[in-house]
Parts: sequence; C-alpha cells; structure tokens
Amino acid sequence: MTTNTPSKVHVTTTINGQQHELLVPGYMSLLDTLRELIGLTGTKEGCLDGNCGACTVSIDGRIVDSCLVLGAEVDGKEVSTIEGMATPEGLHPLQQAFLEEAALQCGICTPGFLVAAKGLLDNEPSPSEGRIRHWLAGNLCRCTGYDKIVRAVQKASS
Amino acid sequence: MVATFEPKTDYKVVGTRPIRHDGYDKVTGRAIYGGDMKLPGLIWGVCVRSPHAHANIKSIDTTAAEAMDGVFAVITGADMPKAPSKLVDLGEGNINFKWASNKLMADDKVLYRGHPVAAIAAVDRYTAEEAARKVTVEYEVLPSVTNVVDALKEDAPILLEDLVGDDLGEDVTNTNMAAHVRHEFGDVEGAFASAAHTIEREYNMQMVHQGYIEPQNATAMWDEEDRIKVWTSTQGAFPARTQIAGILQVDVSRVKVTPLEIGGGFGGKIPVYFEPLAAILSKKSQRPVKMVMERSAVFETTGPTPGARMIIKLGADANGKLTAATADIWFEAGANPGAFIGPAAMCVYAPYEIANTRIDGWDVLVNKPKVAPYRAPGSPQVAFAMESAIDELCENAGWDSLQFRIDNASKEGTRRGDGVLFSKIGMQEVLEAVKTSDHWNSPLGDAPAGKARGRGIANGYWFNIGLKSSANLAVNSDGTVQLTEGSTDIGGSRTAMAMHVAEVLGIGAHDVRPTVGDTESIGYTDVTGGSRTTYATGYACWLAANNLVDVLKERVAILWDINSDDVDFNDGVFSSKAEAEKTIGFKELAGKLDDLGGPANSTGSVDLESAGDGFGTHIADVEIDLATGKTDIVRYTVVQDVGTAIHPAYVEGQLQGGAVQGIGWALNEEYFMLDDGRMANSSFLDYRMPTTLDLPLIDTVMVEVPNPLHPYGVRGVGETPICPPIPAIANAIKEAIGTRLYETPMNAGSILKALK
Repeated sequence: MTTNTPSKVHVTTTINGQQHELLVPGYMSLLDTLRELIGLTGTKEGCLDGNCGACTVSIDGRIVDSCLVLGAEVDGKEVSTIEGMATPEGLHPLQQAFLEEAALQCGICTPGFLVAAKGLLDNEPSPSEGRIRHWLAGNLCRCTGYDKIVRAVQKASS
Repeated sequence: MVATFEPKTDYKVVGTRPIRHDGYDKVTGRAIYGGDMKLPGLIWGVCVRSPHAHANIKSIDTTAAEAMDGVFAVITGADMPKAPSKLVDLGEGNINFKWASNKLMADDKVLYRGHPVAAIAAVDRYTAEEAARKVTVEYEVLPSVTNVVDALKEDAPILLEDLVGDDLGEDVTNTNMAAHVRHEFGDVEGAFASAAHTIEREYNMQMVHQGYIEPQNATAMWDEEDRIKVWTSTQGAFPARTQIAGILQVDVSRVKVTPLEIGGGFGGKIPVYFEPLAAILSKKSQRPVKMVMERSAVFETTGPTPGARMIIKLGADANGKLTAATADIWFEAGANPGAFIGPAAMCVYAPYEIANTRIDGWDVLVNKPKVAPYRAPGSPQVAFAMESAIDELCENAGWDSLQFRIDNASKEGTRRGDGVLFSKIGMQEVLEAVKTSDHWNSPLGDAPAGKARGRGIANGYWFNIGLKSSANLAVNSDGTVQLTEGSTDIGGSRTAMAMHVAEVLGIGAHDVRPTVGDTESIGYTDVTGGSRTTYATGYACWLAANNLVDVLKERVAILWDINSDDVDFNDGVFSSKAEAEKTIGFKELAGKLDDLGGPANSTGSVDLESAGDGFGTHIADVEIDLATGKTDIVRYTVVQDVGTAIHPAYVEGQLQGGAVQGIGWALNEEYFMLDDGRMANSSFLDYRMPTTLDLPLIDTVMVEVPNPLHPYGVRGVGETPICPPIPAIANAIKEAIGTRLYETPMNAGSILKALK
C-alpha cells in the first residue's frame, strides 16, 4: 500500500448485541466498516454525504448516518443495524407494519426508515403524524411518496 | 388477431392485498441489491471523470496510477471496442451502440461534465480513488451549450461533428439538431381563423433527475472462456445484455446478466453505464470487478429527463369546444441523440378531442448528460404546457375548467395528435369521478393570515406499452408452484405475477413462489418500464398457468384412465365431464405427480401491442406563504383509470409515488447549470427532492375500467401519475396568487418574483 495510507485503529464495539474486535483503517466510514469488514450489507449506501438516510444506524440509541461516522469512532459503543431489529420471536412491529401497509416499493430506503422509526418509537410510543413526518425528514424515499410509510409507523405506534 | 376478454368481478386472488413475497428479505436487510454483491477475489473499479462540459482530450497519462500498489488495471477510450452505429429499440426509447459506447467512455473529446476518460480497478475502493487522482489529463476546453436555444444558434459549438440530423426527412450536418418531426391533421390555419377564443404561450422547464436512492452499480467477470458474467441493478436483464454485448461487440450468448434487487429506476436504469467498463477492467485484471457510482456522478452523468422549451397555441369556438391546437416542442437530448420527442407528440393532446392539430418536435444536443427515460418520458413536460394553456383559455373565456375538460375529453374513436385512434379508454370516467370526489366537493378552506390558497386540476396521459415477456412454472409435490419470470421487480411486481398464476390455478398467492430469472434461466423479457410489467409479464404468467392446467389434465386422465378432453378444471378442482362426482383438487394432484408422469412444468410467452391507454386527473390544494413564497401542498388527490388493480395497495403506491415525483418536479427540482456547463447542485442536499415533511397524505381514487386486452383487465398504471402534478400545481398557484408561472421549478424565488 502507499505510504500515506493511515494506519489501522483497534476498535472494540458491540454490533446488534454481539461484540466485535476490529482493525479499522482510519479513513474508513462506519458504513463501509459494517458493509465491507463485517459483511452487514443491510445498511445501504445512497449518497455518502449524509443527505439520504439509507445508511441510518443507531449508536448508543441515537440514530446517525453511518456514512458520516468513522468506523474508528464506535470503539466502546453499541451499534444497532437493520439486521438486529427482528428477534427469534419474529419481526419487530415496525417491520410487520411495513409489510402489511405496503410501505416499500424498491426497498432500498427501507432499512434506514425502519432504524430511524424505531429510534422514534423507542422514546415516543405514540407520535402524531406531524411528529413522524418531522422525525423521518432525514430519510429519502423516491418510490412511495411517504404516504404508506407514515401510515405504517402510525400502525406500529401504540 | 388480438384476443379480447370480458371483464369479471368474482376474483379470489386478484384484488386482494397479500404481503409481497420478497418483503421479508427487504425489511430485514437480507435482500441482495447490486451494491451488496460479493465474490471471491472481488476488486473495485472507479472512473476518472472530466471536470469540463466540453473539451478536446489532448493527452492522458496513466503511468503513475498504473504504478501504484494495489492497482490491477487501467483503461481509457483506447480500450473500448469501436461499436458501429446501430439503433436498437429498448422498449422505452432507442439506443445507438456507437453513441452509447461514447457516453460511457470518451474517445478524443468530452461532451459533458463527468464524462469518463479513464477507469481504474484496484484492491479496494479507497485505493482505486487514490489512483484515479494520479491520472493526468490535458484538455483543450471548448465553449459549451446547455439549453436548446443556444444549441440551435448559427454559431453554436457543435457537439458531434459526424452527426447527420434529420430535419423532416432532409439530412443536415454541422448541427446540434438530431431530429425534427411533425404530425399534422385537418385545417389548422382555417380552424384558428374561425376560432372565437385563442391563446398562445411559451413554457420552459429545467432538466430533472429520476432521483432513485440506489446509485448505479455493476459487478462483472470476463472469464478465460470469453464469457462475461454481470451482476447488476437493472430494469431489464435482457435489454442490459443487448447493450453490453453491443458495446463490447460480442454475441449476446457470451453475456449472462443476473439482475440483483434494484433500488429504484423510474427509467434511469434501462441504459447501462458501468457494466461494460467493469467487464473490460475484469478482462484486463482477470478478477471480478465491482463499481458503485458516487452520487454526484449519478446526477452529472446518468439519467436526467429533458429540459424543454414549448409553445402551445389553442383555439376554441364560442361554445367551449376545442377546435385547433399547435405545439412546438424543443427537448434537450444531452450529449447524444434521443430526447423523447416521439412520446411527447403522442401525449400532448391525448386527453382532448381536437379536429385540427399540428405538432413539431426537435431533438437537440446540449453539453449535459444523455437523457434517459424518466416515468412517462416526455409526457410531464407537454402536460405542463398543455394543461396550463387549457386553464388559461378557460379563465379568459370564463369557462369552468373541469366542465371544459369533460366536454372536450377524448373517448373511443378520438384521434391522438400523432394519428392513432383510441380504443376503449377511461378519460371521461376519470373526469366524472373527479366531479363527484370528496376532494372536489370540499371547500378549499380559508388561508391563515399572510397566506393564500388555491386549487388546481390537470389531466395526464401515458400510452402504456406491451412488448415481450416470458414465464415458467413448475409444480412442487406439496401443491405449491415455482414461478420464474423475466421482469426485474422494482415495486412489488413479483407478487402481482404470482397472483396471476394463483387466480388461474385456484390456489393462494403465497402458494406461488416467484423468482426473477437471469438471462440463462428464463426466456427473453423486455424492460420493467413503459407500465408494461403487470400487463405483459402478468399475461405471460396467466398463459403459463393455463398451459399448466392443460399439462395437469393429461395427468388426471392417466389417474382416471380417461381422455384428457374429458377432464374439466374450475377453481382449483379437476373433474370428470362424464362423472361429475369424480374430482381431485390441485394440491392433491400435485402430491401424486411422481406416479403420473413425473414433473409438471409449463411456459408462457407473449409479444403484445399496448397495455391500454392510461388517463388520470389530479386535484391539488396549495397554500402559499406570501412573505417567503414557499408553497405547501395541503391536500392532494389522484384520480386515475387503472384498469383492474391486481394488488390494489401497490397500485395506490404507484399513484402516490408518481404524484410526489411530479410535486418535486413542480416545486423544487432542477439541474441548476453554471455558465461553464457545470451542474451546481449535484447532491441530495442541493437537488432537493420531497421529504416526509413537505407532503400531506396522498389520496387516491382508482377508477377501474377493465382493459379488454388483458385476461383480468390490467392497464398500465405507473407512469400516468407523474404527468398531472406539475400543471395541477401551476393552476393552483395561479388561483392562489393571481399570477401564472410558465417555468419550472415554481420555487419560492419564482413565486416571490411573481408576487412583486
């Protein structure tokens, strides 16, 4: 490799409840760390500049665009991705609601929307339509016009 | 002889809303999209792109990049096979292999900013990007043109020196005009001379992008047997194969395309971009090569739909009957020919019956990315012009614009502007549904202080194509059926296909397991585009299911030792014509097939004319902040003739999604071009598509006028809904602020200007 390649950073992190010990190149985004180093490709790449939300994950319960975070930054933190959302008991109510309400067409934005919506419902179980729209404004969907996404989140709300 | 079908209503599966078969993988992150592809030994490719919109390439030096550790291959225009000039129909527009090849990799001249001049394959993406920065290119920068008016000036810089333009059949050279077409019927001049009311207006629109969230991508392996395997997100594995083979100058059978899940396309993933480059990089490196496009390049080098200049003139008699119309339409093609002026001509007058019409269309080259189909390519543009002009004609004459649209609506036997006569269509039914809709009959409501409200309506039209599709079926011993079909699934079509099969066989939607095949596991199938998929591939599935019933009748005949002609089939049950009490269900029979001749398979294939004409009318209520010029959509309703809705939830989704793309086009979206031909807003931050916060819920009214050309009455639905929003919003803005806008986007700045 070339001489100006930054050295790798030792990272210990919990991803979807499982501990990982990684050597992450200093320049590598969390998105690529998940997709390329660990093989969790459910988190999607849409723009690489934090404007589409397809790569949304949560770090210690807070939702972020993983393309704007370095892999080296999650040392000691807990990361949750779409792959950690369903349990052995079944789908998360949001996942079930997205299926029943036909809230996805191509599905590329769906993991990001689900992780973002979970971040909302974990703290606010009964948000209004306006609150849902405000919370999800960082996630772009080009297929649905959002109608069925908003309805699905409402359905999964208690 | 075209088969026609009587509408039915007693369906068991059609019209229900089963959970889509691919849904579980898509809500859990397991679905494999193009960018998720992994192979042993996989390396990454990136492009070196031109910073200039128009320049001669004096020299390219790749030696420093080639010398870098981790770099496996570097290619330039010299590595591209010289594809001959050959026009191929891709279903929703043509491509010419020569121009398509040049679009992917410049030869001696770059024609748009971002035009690839070299490509690099390296051990990972970061190394490839670093190597790309080491390629040095010497350019001689040329003046550029980025709009149709400048491009047609006498002294305009010429993009393609060897282009021979077609001006109404005459060859023209040294031009940026690729084509000029005309359609003319009746006595246009005479009709205008005797018209009681006329109007003539010019409309201009900026280029916009499909805006799919998944960037273009491709993975390719060119092996030692000279077989090229490609994994990609595409709207059609077979049309992708046609393009890849044509650009690489190999036989189609040398190329195998495996379509992975696709993250949106809207027409923009019909053309190939990275597939041939990844293949050439693979041949040079002897490794599988994957490429994923950066978002700025998605905007700067793929997709857009033409910016347009249009002049519409309408004439009507004193009783409010349209008598004459002319349309002059200039569309931007981008850097090589093909700007959808044909579809624009087919669509411009389609909602109306007008006896005397003329249409002129010009296909004009500019230093911008080559346009690609975008949901009803060409139709939203002409709808903006035509439907704005209709409203203004009505305003001036004092006519109600909905009643005017009803009185002049096209119907069976009406001649479209390009000469085609309509068969059974639903324009009048749609307009009547608008008239009785809750939205139309609800008051607009008072605007809060400092704001103004308006309501607008507009029609839209798409002709919906048919074309070729294939489907295969195989029966499992547990009474379920495997379906393999050739249409890549962008929005739930797999499930609609399975429902076609299930309805025939009398089993449940989830008793059919649908798979989208690759180009070596299913017969030829055209693009997922043109609103053809549920119609044509669904028809092929219906045929395959009926053929399977014939196969199974033979097996029942063996079981009962009778002639297969004496076996009946109804609602999933086979019976003997001679002994009515002798029956066997589909599932029970499936379990016995091992002893009745073994595997039962069938196939269905079609090549169809049209999916039936699609008409829609939208109602938009806007609220405008008079201090900031910002427009909010406060209520929105889509009314459309959808034929029969196989899976109504996904039909609603098409109507809502199309409407919202149109809303974004109307209010915000544009290619903001700088004087030197660069796009100033090539990110999702600056190219602002609608978010959840910008929209209300989108109401839908599905008018079901079954299409007699399909066994269940399916009509194409996906494209029509992007056509009405722009003029519906323009008409609503006019009502709100009293001033009409003739240009898109109708953003806060334009509205503030109009308010002054």
